[in-house]
Formats: sequence, C-alpha cells, structure tokens
Amino acid sequence: MISFIASRISFAALVLFMLSAFVFTLFFVAPGDPARIVAGERATEAQVALVRENLGLDRPIIEQYVSFVGRSLSGDLGYSYRNQQPVLELIKNRMPATISLCVGAVILWLCMGIPIGIMSARRPGSLADRLGQGFVLVGVSFPSFVLGMAALYFLYFMPRQAGFTLFPPGGYRPFLDNPRVWAWHMMLPWFTLAFTSAAIYARLTRGQLLEVLGEDYIRTARAKGLSERKVVYKHGVRAIFSPLATQLGADIAALLGGALVTEQVFGLQGIGSLAVQSVQTQDRPVIIGIVMLAGFFIVIANLIVDFLYILLDPRIRT
Amino acid sequence: MSTEIKQRGSLELTLRRLLADRAGLISLTFIILLIAVAIGADGIAALTGHSPVAQFLDTGLTPTGLPVAPSGTFLFGTDQLGRDVLVRLAYGARISLAIGVVASLLAAAIGVTVGLVAGYFGGWIDVALGRLMDLVMSIPVLLCMLSLVAVFGPSVALSLTVIVFFSWTTMGRVIRGQVLSLKEREFVLASRSMGAGHLSIMVTDILPNLGAPIIIYATMMVPTSIIFEATLSFLGLGIIPPAPSWGGMLAEAANNSIYMFAWWLVLFPGLALLFTTLSFNILGDALRDALDPASMRNKVRKKPKKSPRAAS
Repeated sequence: MISFIASRISFAALVLFMLSAFVFTLFFVAPGDPARIVAGERATEAQVALVRENLGLDRPIIEQYVSFVGRSLSGDLGYSYRNQQPVLELIKNRMPATISLCVGAVILWLCMGIPIGIMSARRPGSLADRLGQGFVLVGVSFPSFVLGMAALYFLYFMPRQAGFTLFPPGGYRPFLDNPRVWAWHMMLPWFTLAFTSAAIYARLTRGQLLEVLGEDYIRTARAKGLSERKVVYKHGVRAIFSPLATQLGADIAALLGGALVTEQVFGLQGIGSLAVQSVQTQDRPVIIGIVMLAGFFIVIANLIVDFLYILLDPRIRT
Repeated sequence: MSTEIKQRGSLELTLRRLLADRAGLISLTFIILLIAVAIGADGIAALTGHSPVAQFLDTGLTPTGLPVAPSGTFLFGTDQLGRDVLVRLAYGARISLAIGVVASLLAAAIGVTVGLVAGYFGGWIDVALGRLMDLVMSIPVLLCMLSLVAVFGPSVALSLTVIVFFSWTTMGRVIRGQVLSLKEREFVLASRSMGAGHLSIMVTDILPNLGAPIIIYATMMVPTSIIFEATLSFLGLGIIPPAPSWGGMLAEAANNSIYMFAWWLVLFPGLALLFTTLSFNILGDALRDALDPASMRNKVRKKPKKSPRAAS
C-alpha cells in the first residue's frame, strides 16, 4: 500500500511539473512582448526595457522558470499585468463562487445519477429503467451551455414575464451573507453543471450494478433469504463504489472546464470567468496562476480519490 | 423463397440488425439529412438569396434594431445583426460535422495505435503509455485551451488539435483492454509459430478483430467532439466570427441576454446541436447492438408481447 501511495504522489508531482513546464514554455515562446503590454502602448523603448528588467523577462528561460517555481511554492504567483494586483489575491476573491459551484454540482450529480442508475438496474426493462435510459441519452447529448440558457429562459425569464420571480437571472451571493439567497442563486448553475455528469453516473451505476447483481455471491445472498433491498444496497451497491470513485477522479479535471462554461452562462464571478477575461486582456501571470492552481487542486482531489479507493476496496490494502 | 434457408454474411446480418432498430434508423436519417444540409449550404444560401454573413439592415431588423422573428422571408428569423439564422445554421453544420468527424477519426487513429502497442507489447511500454494516458486525462483541458488561445489566438486548426489531443485516451484504453485478451488467443500463437513478425500480427491478426469497438467508440466520439467544438466557440475560443458556427451563434445569443427577447436565436442552434449529438449517440448505441450482439446481454431482452406476468 505504501508503494501505491508513493507512486500516486510522485505521479501527482509529475502532473504539476508537466503542467507548469507547458504553460511556462508556451508563454515564453509566445509572440508578443509582455513588457510592452505592462508598460502600455505609449511607453518609450527605454521604459519597456526597464519593465522587462524589473519583471526578469530578460533572463534565460530556465532561470525564469526556476524562480517562478520557487516563488510559486512560497505562495507568490506574481502580479497581474493589468492592474498590478497580486495574482493570488485575484484568484482568492473568485474562489468562493467556483468552489460553491463545483462542490454543490458534484453532490447534486451523485445524488441524481446513482439513484437513477440503481433504479434502472433493479428492474431492467421496466418503465423506470427506460425512463432512466432516456435520461442518460438526453443527458450525455445536452451541451451544458444550451441547458443553462434554456433553464434561464424557462425558469427566470418566463416567470418574470408572467409577473413573479422564480429564480434569479444569475450572479453570485456570498454564502455567509445569507445562505438561503446563496443557495437560491446557485440552484440553476448547480443543475446545469450537474446534468451531464448525472447522466454519465447513472449509466455507469446501471452497467456496473447489473454486472454485480449477476454474480454468484448475490445469488447466495438471495438464497439465504435476504430481502431484495438488503441484497441490492448492502451487497450490490457496496461493490460499485470503487468504479464510481475512479470515475469521480477522472471527472475532476473536466469539472473545472464545466464550471468555466457555467460561470459564463450565469455571470458568476468565479475563477473560470477570470480566466476568460484574462485571455481577452492577455494577462499572462493570471492565466499561468489559474492553470497552476487548477492543476494543484485537480492533483489534490485525485489523491483524495485514490485514498478513498483504498478505503472502499480492501483488496488494494494488501 | 420465404421458406428457403439463406446463408447470410456477417455484414448482411449486421445491416439487418441495424435496420431493425427504429431509433437508430431515425438517427441515421437525421445525420444523412444534416450532411446533405451541410453540403448544400451554398444551395440554401442561393435559394433564400441570403449570404451567411450578409446583414439585412432593412428587412432583417425591426425599426428599433431588434432581430426579426421567424417569417416567410426568414424561416428561422434573423440574429442581432440582421443575418439569416437558417442560412447560418446550414453553414454552422459544416463546421460542427467537419470538426466532429475529423477529430474523431484522428483521435481514433491515435487511440487505436497507442492501445494496440500498449496492449500487445505489455511490460514497460504498457506502463509508460498507461501513464501517458493518465497524464493527458488529468490535465484541465479548457484551461489549457485558454492559455493556447491567449498565445496563438483562436483558430479551427487549434480547436481540432486540442480536441484530438484530449480525446484519444478513451479509445486507447478500450483498445488496450481488448488487445490484452486478444493476444493470448490461439490464432495469434498460430501466426507467430508460422514466423509472423510483431507488426504483421498486430495489423493482420489483431486489428481486424477490433473493428466493432473501433466503429462504436469512434461514433461515440463524434458527439463529444461536436459539443467540445461548440463549447470552445461559445467561449470565443474556437471559430472566429463572423464565420458561422453553432456555438458561436449561441454565444452571440447569450450576449446581453438578447435571446430572452428573441427565443429563435437559442432554439434553432440549440436544437440543431442537441439533435445532432443525440443522433450520433443513438446511432452509436444501435451500432453497438448490431455489431456486438453479445453486448445485448447487459441490455434487456425484448419481452414477449403481452406476457401474462407483465404486471409484476
């Protein structure tokens, strides 16, 4: 088990290294002079040179990279080219919206997908199963931004035309100000982000559970007179936690992408919308900071899933 | 004729199974129609007399400058710049289909090659390629795309590259798994004992046996790629306006929430996107059932009609 943990941690470090090398090289070889962007359009050549020196952009790439890594490790991600604010500060301000969105959506999709999958697998071919299968098909086919726009149209705009407010048009309200208003504002974004994944989890749960329910030990459990509920939930569902955890680990990287789209649709001031804005303004330190921080979170989340895996599947522990 | 016993080839059996699947058939029809629309986009533009980028400031906008609702002249209405939504949809189909299909084929080719090599050789090659796939899968795709666009600017080639780069892993895993069991089979042993080399065994013995999963997963990759491209265009990272793309049209509709007052700006591109991805997904399922009847085990055998125990 120790070698398993060690290999996962070293892999996590490798992911972070590759990611940082990728963005760093990318921006280093990129056309366009960042010093010019910082100094402004009307700066003289001498001023641009000064800025270049101050930012350390005139040093060799390896040296820049090493100093970048060193500073990142101590929590200094540099300063925005646009408003000279610390990158970490900018990202921190945007974190609550993105974290609320992601955590809520993951909980929602697990709570939607797994029960639908179980319902399907318990009575294959039944009406419930066919409804579940239909949900899966629509879910995996629906682009999330179309879903978000449709949700806004039908659940915000149409009720408002009719004279009442069912859901807000978007925006983020801090949790600490008023948890109820926070949840009310997050409902549609959560649903939008969770829908596709819920479908994927329903499909996975159904497939895995159907397979497990055909195993001999399930027949044994039935034969010894356990109730169907106990057979399905205690013996069947228990066995599919590991594949679900694997899927969850694989989905975490994609989650941030989904969050980015959802933030755009609902005007949530999160990290995703900060990233889009930074691309538009060519604010490189902010983009690098976001990619690195996102990579860091993905790696940590994956490690948590790995440990979860050990807890769920005793076979790995040996 | 009807009582005669006929020998049917594998292809014929597969086609018969496929044609018996009503949902699959409808999807296939929709996809063929869509391809026709994409190819005939110029024809649609000529027929309506509206170019996809032409702005009809007089007829295509209301006096207050709002888009015009669907009518005789503009069947699907106009957008905020007075352009014909129908014609733009037809041209958008080109981009969506082209990127969806090309990206899937390229990703499938890479995935099959990597999966084949990893599964066949095993050992450290398998471990290294497996780790490579892990690595690709743990990269935040959209964020990488963001940084790439920040550096190189949006383009079709960049979208295609990124989609391919991040979507071959699924195919790679599936193929690797299949190859692991295939390479232990007797016909591989037979080939080897007759002196066949690695390449020959991989290409002539193992690859033909992978036809079904390759076709199924390549079909399933098309809708994913289409959604991916639309998402990129929606975020302004894909197709550059004014070139029409479905994602771009939806982005323009979302801009200033103009679609709240012009529902057709979301409805038509949204439905086009949804029906296209839905069709490819259903077709993929149908192909799976037709090509690999064994996979039906996981599905439900069709019950005999009106069985007395149906109420249970």
